[in-house]
Amino acid sequence: MPAPSLRELVEQRRILVCCGTGGVGKTTTAAVLALEAARAGRRAVVVTIDPAKRLADALGLEGLTGTPSKIDGDWPGELWALMLDTKSTFDDLVVANASTPEQGERILQNRFYRNISGALSGTQEYMAMEKLYELNQQRDFDLVVVDTPPTRNALDFIDAPRRLSRFLDHRLFRMITAPGRGIAKAVNVAAQAFIRTVARVVGAEVIDDAVAFFQAFEGMEEGFRRRADAVLGLLSDDDTAFVLVASPRRDTIAEARYFAEKLGDANIRVRALIVNRMHPAFGEGLGEVARERATTLEGTDLGGLYRNLAEFRLVASREEENLAGLAEAVAPAPVVRVPFLSSDVHDLEGLSELAGLML
Amino acid sequence: LDPARFFAASRLVIVAGKGGVGKTVVSATLARAAAIVGLSTLVIEVEGKSGLATMFGQQQLDYAEATLSAGGGPSAEGEVRARTLTPDEALLDYLHDHGLSRISKRLVASGALDVVATAAPGIKDILILGKVKQLERSGAADLIVLDAPAAGHAITFLQAARALLDTVRVGPINAQANEVLQMLTDHQRCRVILVTLPEETPVNELVDTAFSLEDKVGIGLAPVVVNGIYDEIAGIGADPRQAAEAAGTSLRSGEAEALAAAAAFRRDRTELQVEQVARLAEQLPLAQIRLPFVFTTEIGPTELDDLARRLLAEIDALPEAV
Repeated sequence: MPAPSLRELVEQRRILVCCGTGGVGKTTTAAVLALEAARAGRRAVVVTIDPAKRLADALGLEGLTGTPSKIDGDWPGELWALMLDTKSTFDDLVVANASTPEQGERILQNRFYRNISGALSGTQEYMAMEKLYELNQQRDFDLVVVDTPPTRNALDFIDAPRRLSRFLDHRLFRMITAPGRGIAKAVNVAAQAFIRTVARVVGAEVIDDAVAFFQAFEGMEEGFRRRADAVLGLLSDDDTAFVLVASPRRDTIAEARYFAEKLGDANIRVRALIVNRMHPAFGEGLGEVARERATTLEGTDLGGLYRNLAEFRLVASREEENLAGLAEAVAPAPVVRVPFLSSDVHDLEGLSELAGLML
Repeated sequence: LDPARFFAASRLVIVAGKGGVGKTVVSATLARAAAIVGLSTLVIEVEGKSGLATMFGQQQLDYAEATLSAGGGPSAEGEVRARTLTPDEALLDYLHDHGLSRISKRLVASGALDVVATAAPGIKDILILGKVKQLERSGAADLIVLDAPAAGHAITFLQAARALLDTVRVGPINAQANEVLQMLTDHQRCRVILVTLPEETPVNELVDTAFSLEDKVGIGLAPVVVNGIYDEIAGIGADPRQAAEAAGTSLRSGEAEALAAAAAFRRDRTELQVEQVARLAEQLPLAQIRLPFVFTTEIGPTELDDLARRLLAEIDALPEAV
């Protein structure tokens, strides 16, 4: 059976995860895929991380709301968008997992907790996955498209849910926050000494906040761990497809390849590769031939025209060469080449134009 | 402006910009240009993997300093060295310098650094900037180029010192944050070079970043670099068939269409670029250094040399008062 095309993914899957490094057009690509699903009659929602202002405006996103807003347009389905609010997503998760409202409140008020969403690496990735899970559970949408934070390391967001639950379960702090429990006591003394030394460096206040946080969190780790496992399960589900977004620059391609390998290690296959900003080659001829013509004709208008054509053809063929290995690495996933346009994209019309080129 | 004076304005130059605008290329170009005018340069990478070393035709970088291009030669060039800086390694160095080597391994291995970094956000950034400050103070090179994290994060990164002073009020980390802040706000010691592409979204982000850095950090801004500008080519306004006639030659079938389409594409893009460069000048009162788009997918030593010479010419053309 041939691998599904990008269109089939958009029309059939329940979840699309757009991943890749920064600056390759992930957010725009995610918006295009959701728009295309709406045009195919589906109820689609796109979760964006950090859209550029004009794109956010085009999608009707005025700020962080955490709830999807509907974008009206001339399509049979529905298009919704939301900007990920890491903090409120985390707050909801804490409240949902707290055994009492008081416990939830105590955690939300803790200064250490308030730093988590901004300071702990992987939190944004985790919350993107959490939001995805939540939207999928609600069953209000046929398709959830999620944009991921610009990460160099693919594992950052596959690993984020587990990393956070490991963090919340931090042994060292467990030992201090649960004093006097049998054999833990001896270890505890050593841990205390260690923490005192750390406190000398960063200040006791900082450590007190951390200890208070871990105490308040007592008993909630299990809920978080189960949730993290559920989120991971969803990511490897058959209804979920990972779309790798890249640009044809050599270093970006190398990063995308590394990314695909890491996903593979986690048993996640890339279902489509979208390469944005491919330079047009303008016909079939060779760049080298055009360059020779440019040299022979130097000083004439025709020489200038050939030099220009040669530059585009040479860069386009380099880009194709760069792409070859990556395409092979993600095979049989389809490779979608999106040309670098003569204008920039930041409204629904531009997204439609891109959709026409992508699908 | 004499390039030597441009580079002498501060020992530390921080290069920042949105992902994909070519921050690393600009960092490498600055280093290479400084080397050409005889300065020794150290480039610092903070985001792990980058293409910096291959631009000089060298292997991947790590925490230990490596020489990317040796100095000397007939024109007495300066050398370019480079290294990476990660919070974990900077922490080990820091603890070692403060007589705490004993706990250092455990702090990193147990993951306690994550806990501490969460309790006092910005601590990882301060560890890195503290190390940069140490290199700057010790005069590790005539020019230190710091390839900063991508834009949004650059503000947090550079704001870390100020934010941390509120959280950690005493102790060595507090002292460290104070010293870093002194360096960042001293325009004789440190300047930021912001990089953008001549496109709408990157220009908007650059303008926002510039104001945030001035307001929130009080950091000095050097001229901005607009990267990826198409060079002008004479003749691309001409009709291919007429141009062929004028040159006394003929075109094969389809050739005229290809030439015309490629020319139209470049003209359209150039028009957009001119608009965006003008808009940037209007919104941000900073001098601009313009670097050409390199029609290749990978910058190597040859392309880097060309870029460095273009950079020097652009600096030369800047007004004295920058």
